[in-house]
Amino acid sequence: MSGTFVGMPAFPEAARAAVADERLRGNLKHATHTIRAKRAAAVAEVSDWAELREAGRRIKDHTLRHLDHYLLRLEESVTAAGGTVHWAADAAEANRIVTGLVKATGESEVVKVKSMATQEIGLNEALEAEGIRAYETDLAELIVQLGHDRPSHILVPAIHRNRGEIRDVFRSEMKEWGRPAPEGLTDSPAELAEAARLHLREKFLRAKVGISGANFMVAETGTLVVVESEGNGRMCLTLPETLISVVGIEKTIPTWRDLEVFLQTLPRSSTAERMNPYTSLWTGTTDGDGPRAFHLVLLDNGRTDTLADDVGRQALRCIRCSACLNVCPVYERAGGHAYGSVYPGPIGAILSPQLRGTASEIDASLPYASSLCGACYEVCPVAIDIPEVLVHLRERVAQGGPATRAGNKVVLRPAKGHAAERAAMRATRWAFGRPGVLRTGQRLAARTRWLHPRTLPGPGRAWSATRDLPPVPAEPFRDWWERTNGGRDDGAAPQDREETK
Amino acid sequence: MSSRDRVLGRVRRALAGLPAEPEPYEEAVPRAYLRQHGERSPEGTVDLLAENLADYRARVHRCTPGELPAVLAELLAARGARTVLVPPGLDPGWLAASDAERIPDRAESTPAELDRIDSVVTGCAVAVAETGTLVLDGSADQGRRRITLVPDHHVCVVRVPDQVVASVPLALGRLDPARPLTWISGPSATSDIELDRVEGVHGPRTLEVVLVGERA
Repeated sequence: MSGTFVGMPAFPEAARAAVADERLRGNLKHATHTIRAKRAAAVAEVSDWAELREAGRRIKDHTLRHLDHYLLRLEESVTAAGGTVHWAADAAEANRIVTGLVKATGESEVVKVKSMATQEIGLNEALEAEGIRAYETDLAELIVQLGHDRPSHILVPAIHRNRGEIRDVFRSEMKEWGRPAPEGLTDSPAELAEAARLHLREKFLRAKVGISGANFMVAETGTLVVVESEGNGRMCLTLPETLISVVGIEKTIPTWRDLEVFLQTLPRSSTAERMNPYTSLWTGTTDGDGPRAFHLVLLDNGRTDTLADDVGRQALRCIRCSACLNVCPVYERAGGHAYGSVYPGPIGAILSPQLRGTASEIDASLPYASSLCGACYEVCPVAIDIPEVLVHLRERVAQGGPATRAGNKVVLRPAKGHAAERAAMRATRWAFGRPGVLRTGQRLAARTRWLHPRTLPGPGRAWSATRDLPPVPAEPFRDWWERTNGGRDDGAAPQDREETK
Repeated sequence: MSSRDRVLGRVRRALAGLPAEPEPYEEAVPRAYLRQHGERSPEGTVDLLAENLADYRARVHRCTPGELPAVLAELLAARGARTVLVPPGLDPGWLAASDAERIPDRAESTPAELDRIDSVVTGCAVAVAETGTLVLDGSADQGRRRITLVPDHHVCVVRVPDQVVASVPLALGRLDPARPLTWISGPSATSDIELDRVEGVHGPRTLEVVLVGERA
């Protein structure tokens, strides 16, 4: 089973370890730079990118603004097309529903399309606990699952692994799960892909239950959309008798026509292609073609709490393209695991603390996992202002304040670790309101400047570990102003003066 | 309280304080983007389709309707295909020149049976030039979704210029959402290993497209 995020250290600790791993940094740099350049070329091909981006933003904002209406409409159209709709308020409930549906088929194994939502709720682990084996069928997810690893990228979950590592995982682990790796398997990508094809095909051909997420759900028609490259999605969506799709409520879009925006922006932003190799669209069930039973599980799990936040709700526009990861200087060095969530990178830094709350150390640290350079906002195809939300969440972490958790309005207390900063700010405010105190303090600081340490003691150590403390000037500005009559007289610094005496 | 009521209640409470948004949906979303990119003649659009399909490593062939049976026979023979899956509504004349055994698309055939068939020949619903995409909608000349997925060799026949549109917006306007739709842009591919593109993981590793029309 894939590893878990529980007990993850906060971002700074996790990032420090990741940055020290040279091989990881090399794999990441190669991958992010390659895809970044390709994406820019794919976007440059369409002259109306700005208009598509704006339309995408407005479609998503409008849907969120009327989400209750569109969810009901979606439920109605999916049901009319022969599907069954289930609602899940949180991860535990979604897992219960899916496990129950699988058990009702009498099956003990399922094939899965790569899906962020099912990773978010820990579905594989929940199924395992009930004796059901879930096989990931996306090549990268297979690499992660066989390697007892965790995904580190939204689109390319095994981005942190190079071909040699992948070969080793296939050689040692494939036999535990089914068809073993071929004898003499080399590290050529074509051979590795072929090994995965043979290993998974025996699973596809016998699978009776498929589990997926969806990229979009069209309220008007009840159509679900899965965008992919390999064909494993098509396998899972069409060969089994029962299909269960677990989808976040924010994936709803109002009309069929709206797909014309996202089917143009998503492939170019994510894989830098004009169009990804396979896109499947299905509306309920079709007689004689594909699964006979279709279940849609609509997942909340913190999304309505995010919706309740005026600034933060724009994170729900996300179409999971991962363009923000590939341009982020922090992600490029720290890698996906450091974010401690299935949503890494800039979008993860704003999504995870909203979906899960900021109570844990890792979630409280995520809004700080950014240089605020704004590159993520520039590339976002639905114009999520990630830096704005980061700053908003930093404020929530440092100062606390109103928020919504599990549907209830709560007032958060400031997170631990920010006490020293708040104390320092309070002291500064007090001193700035008292000119005499400020002047005395400044003079004292100037005269003791040779005694100042290079790093701060106590709780300030973390801050000064990655920064130089600014030197204190030899003379406060106000003293200099008085002494030199505002710069009109001799402007030499005090120590120069002493030398000429 | 049911989870449905709980989730809907949370959504409504989350949105309660927001100002009313009077304009209808049509006005809430600006559609200033293009319906298609660039002006082209119908022939130019077909050329662009051929170019973009080839760019994604589909093998593209062009012929007249009269030449089609010979072209299909040649493609299947070159592949060494002994068996070929045939959707129920495929024009029987298309495969008249081929020796390959025709296997009808039947609801009761198992995935394992499909896996033993060499090739599949289908028509298509619409093709998108700007993206190099073929769309199948399960019509009688295209068959069930799985038949273009399990065999390793897919030959898709596109009638040009009638079945070709320039762009994604124009394609969506031609399609029926109630049908199961499969959009295909090149053969199955993965870039999961060091972002090296490899054709053919789980779908057909070879996609051949025959553009059929009277040439100018």
